[in-house]
Amino acid sequence: MSQAPKKSRANTSYNADRNVRTLITPEGIDLRLRIADGGARVGAFTIDLAIMIATLIAITYALSFTTIGMGDRGEEVVVAVWVMLAFFLRNFYFMFFEMGPKAATPGKRAMKIRVANRHGGHLKANAVFARNAMRELEFFLPLSFFFSAIFMMNQGVDGWLTLLGLIWSFIFLLFPLFNKDRLRAGDLIAGTWVVKSPKPFLSKDLAESQKSDGRYRFSQSQIDAYGVKELHVLENVLRKNDPKTIEEVTTRIMTKIEWADPTNADASHASRLEFLNAYYAALRGKLETKLLFGVRRADKFDKR
Amino acid sequence: MSGASLKSHKFRLDREADWKQLEVLLKRLENRSIRSLTDAEMIALPALYRATLSSLSVARATSLDQDVIAYLESLSTRAYFSIYGNQTKMSARLRYFFTIGWPQAVQNITRETIASALIMFLGALLAYVLVRNNMDWYFSFMPEGLMGGRTPASTALELRDTLYHDGDKSGLTAFASYLFSHNSRVAILAFALGFAFAIPSATLVLYNGCTLGAFVALFVDKGLGFELGGWLIIHGATELFAIVLAGAAGMKIGWTVAFPGKMSRMEAVGKAGAESASVLGGVVIMLFLAGLLEGFGRQLITNDYARYGIGITTLLLWLAYFYLPRNFEAFKFDGTVGTS
Repeated sequence: MSQAPKKSRANTSYNADRNVRTLITPEGIDLRLRIADGGARVGAFTIDLAIMIATLIAITYALSFTTIGMGDRGEEVVVAVWVMLAFFLRNFYFMFFEMGPKAATPGKRAMKIRVANRHGGHLKANAVFARNAMRELEFFLPLSFFFSAIFMMNQGVDGWLTLLGLIWSFIFLLFPLFNKDRLRAGDLIAGTWVVKSPKPFLSKDLAESQKSDGRYRFSQSQIDAYGVKELHVLENVLRKNDPKTIEEVTTRIMTKIEWADPTNADASHASRLEFLNAYYAALRGKLETKLLFGVRRADKFDKR
Repeated sequence: MSGASLKSHKFRLDREADWKQLEVLLKRLENRSIRSLTDAEMIALPALYRATLSSLSVARATSLDQDVIAYLESLSTRAYFSIYGNQTKMSARLRYFFTIGWPQAVQNITRETIASALIMFLGALLAYVLVRNNMDWYFSFMPEGLMGGRTPASTALELRDTLYHDGDKSGLTAFASYLFSHNSRVAILAFALGFAFAIPSATLVLYNGCTLGAFVALFVDKGLGFELGGWLIIHGATELFAIVLAGAAGMKIGWTVAFPGKMSRMEAVGKAGAESASVLGGVVIMLFLAGLLEGFGRQLITNDYARYGIGITTLLLWLAYFYLPRNFEAFKFDGTVGTS
């Protein structure tokens, strides 16, 4: 009886992340997407904002040179060009990048997140347009209320009204904090969400890296000491390769499986690593064989 | 050798080349466009994608190597986004937008458009009546920035002058682009505000109508009604229509947030939002044209009748473009934007 709760805990640890959503591809495979967390979103937006401001300053700087030698008329044209460029930057910066093949602005790329259609499938141009047009409400409106609140602080009724407006507009600014998918108002109406786009590389298989030619042989009962959960922990330990942790884990496992090996008396880091690698390969082999027969031994408490 | 004795390791060794090839293709696809792939690679891509998905399924069922599963998961997701993502050529997308997307979206919000136009008209009427009765109201309706020296204190001659010579004084292009970005922001704001149950959008449209009404009242008061009509309609037919549409798009969203109907609220809002966004995209284009008409057309054409002619023609063209009944299915698109 005592096994049941343990088992379920082991299963949830696999999916413990509350930010995981599944997406079914047209081929019928469920892909796990991770919702981008608030920090990454704010970070991405800050980077984008910085880029926009820097660009604007650069444009101003470049244009200020072109006015030299022109008359009043030229100055007007330059101002007009500046206004147009600023307008395009403010309204189309996000749209331009999010409509591209990466579906992410430079800020989002830096934070390794991207925009995706919430229902799977194409990210349509109008969805990108909708989610970014809403920035006017979500960011620029609170911002303008904020500045007018500062200027109108001591102006009686008007000041209080502006303050109310500020609070009201904060609903839209803080909208993503109040739903589990971290949707902005723009995401809501566009049917999009922002997900992580990790780009991991394939590491070496740990089972391959062992060089001991049968120096470590484990009996069946020794291999049977652990389950999948422990195997994954061991995998993480081996990949991190932190000497102190390796030492602790080696001692733990040796005690658990009652390993008595005179050759391990020197107890160097390399030999410990060799031992753990060998045990990892043996354990994985055993558990995977069981898996092929339909038994997934969740953890060491699972007596299967 | 001993490593390959594990079935999962052998599985990985057998398929790793395919995964790596998909990774290389994806990288090129993400960095450049679909055109950077050769024909052979184009044909290989979906096969590699499906092979990777299949590897993922097998690995989940038989392998206990977390690293491989995580890698395959992420590779499949990337491939999925690339293959089912935006690969349409910009020209095809634009063609779709102008032939189907935009007019259809506008037709779908006809009810809101009528409401929005009525609200604007109501605002204009209200302001007109108030200002005609008492000129002091003019200052409550007109923001200072838009007044440009046109106040009840101006003489009829001065006002007439602003109708025909605004280009010389205030820097034509700057004026046009200021108005373009000002109006576009009003339009985008009217759209975005709709999210808050449509009322702020309606208020903004009403307020815009008030400004218009007050402006008209001032000129009518000085006996310049006909001349002002020409001055306004040459660009206003496009510009005011655009603001009405933006307000309507906002109202559509707000209405759906409040009353989603048969669908779930999220679904309904998503659908309304996508449609309204098409309208808004078009609105920005309209405002751009209005800015051009305002900046250049109005300065070059000072004949009242010509102004009326152009204004009414543009209005009729817009109405025909948006509302003439037509069979959208007849265009050679097979439903999705992505495949043509």
